[in-house]
Amino acid sequence: MTSTALPTALAEIVDDFQALEESERLQLLLEFSRELPDPPARLLDHPELLEQVVECQSPLFLTIETEPAADQSGAQSVRLFFKAPPEAPTTRGFAGVLHEGLDGLSPAEILAVPDDMPELLGLTRAITPLRMRGMTAMLGRIKRKVAELPQQG
Amino acid sequence: MPYSVEQNEKFAGYAHPERLVSTEWLAAALEDGAVGNGQLVVVESDEDVLLYETGHIPGAVKIDWHTDLNDEVTRDYVDGEAFAALASAKGISRDSTVVIYGDKSNWWAAYALWVFTLFGHEDVRLLDGGRDKWIAEGRPLTTDKTAVAPAEYPVVERNDAPIRAFKDDVLAHLGKPLIDVRSPEEYTGQRTHMPAYPEEGALRGGHIPTAASIPWARAAAEDGTYRDRSELEALYLGEAGLTPGDDVVAYCRIGERSSHTWFALKYLLGFENVRNYDGSWTEWGNAVRVPIARGAERGTVPAGK
Repeated sequence: MTSTALPTALAEIVDDFQALEESERLQLLLEFSRELPDPPARLLDHPELLEQVVECQSPLFLTIETEPAADQSGAQSVRLFFKAPPEAPTTRGFAGVLHEGLDGLSPAEILAVPDDMPELLGLTRAITPLRMRGMTAMLGRIKRKVAELPQQG
Repeated sequence: MPYSVEQNEKFAGYAHPERLVSTEWLAAALEDGAVGNGQLVVVESDEDVLLYETGHIPGAVKIDWHTDLNDEVTRDYVDGEAFAALASAKGISRDSTVVIYGDKSNWWAAYALWVFTLFGHEDVRLLDGGRDKWIAEGRPLTTDKTAVAPAEYPVVERNDAPIRAFKDDVLAHLGKPLIDVRSPEEYTGQRTHMPAYPEEGALRGGHIPTAASIPWARAAAEDGTYRDRSELEALYLGEAGLTPGDDVVAYCRIGERSSHTWFALKYLLGFENVRNYDGSWTEWGNAVRVPIARGAERGTVPAGK
């Protein structure tokens, strides 16, 4: 298990998936798809602020923003926003995992997440490698956008 | 005992009206209890592996195109034993009437129907308009788990030849009609995958020489139902230039969109000899010593063929 190297919230999600039988993992992914929050109205009203991840089989849009970290240290934390239609539950489920696992982390923590982290969920066989590519692409897009943030202090 | 065939004016125009049912027909059959008594099995087959779980037609079972119908080790469809096991587990017996529906105007539903046909399942039909039309009409969905009574299904060996073409069959077929159902950008070679879909690794962009370009969706109306007979004739006899009786091969990228066209040619227009080339562009675009054509022109049969 490499999940010890993951940020705490993401490591917990990976452990939750790993603890389940394959068919139950799909059920858990479905729960994540239901829990994915809608982006705030200011983004919904401005779809041009969200980027499409074209590798996903269904339309998925995402963007990131930064805000001062809650600990007042002057560091930044990254907020993630996703938009995907309800008729694309697999895509929404992946987005939900990344939202719960990464939202609010520092840029350095997000950049340290291994690119093949989606494989750790143990879904590849149940979802198929083709469908897994969308999730890997989603993580890649988030990391790229984080890497493009202006350097801090 | 096959369930009764739907009679309506639109379907009557087709060569094999018994292959389609409307949402009204299915709703009435459900009211009649046709699923409960085992005469009718309703199957959902979607692109999204979780869509069925978000809500499905009451009593419907799920068959996933990738995990249930493919054998990833042999890169082939499942064999007779695996199909028998799948059918039994879904409550399907050899004489069940099976109605298949799905997302995206029935791409994956048509693909599942084509696989059922490889096994010679006699009475398998598509729900015209699929999942989206059922929902648009406000018909019921449920997340209740469908209770399935396992059925007996015999082990039947697949009979690929009549409806499935392999690469060598297509090479031998050159000179006879081919229908390319991908997007115009894929046909010309501008791109090797569907807009907004993952790159699946075709090395070359273009089409099989002489193939006519008729993107699959042109066979579907706004509401996802098949276009009527005269519209389909204008498309395939007119624009593509097919003649009744032709031996036709349809292909796309991995064989799913072309199943939708295969269904239209075979059952709605009545072409006896239509094969789906499921290797499609992911195979042809990468194969050694296999010719392609680029650009909007159909191209010519390569010399020496």
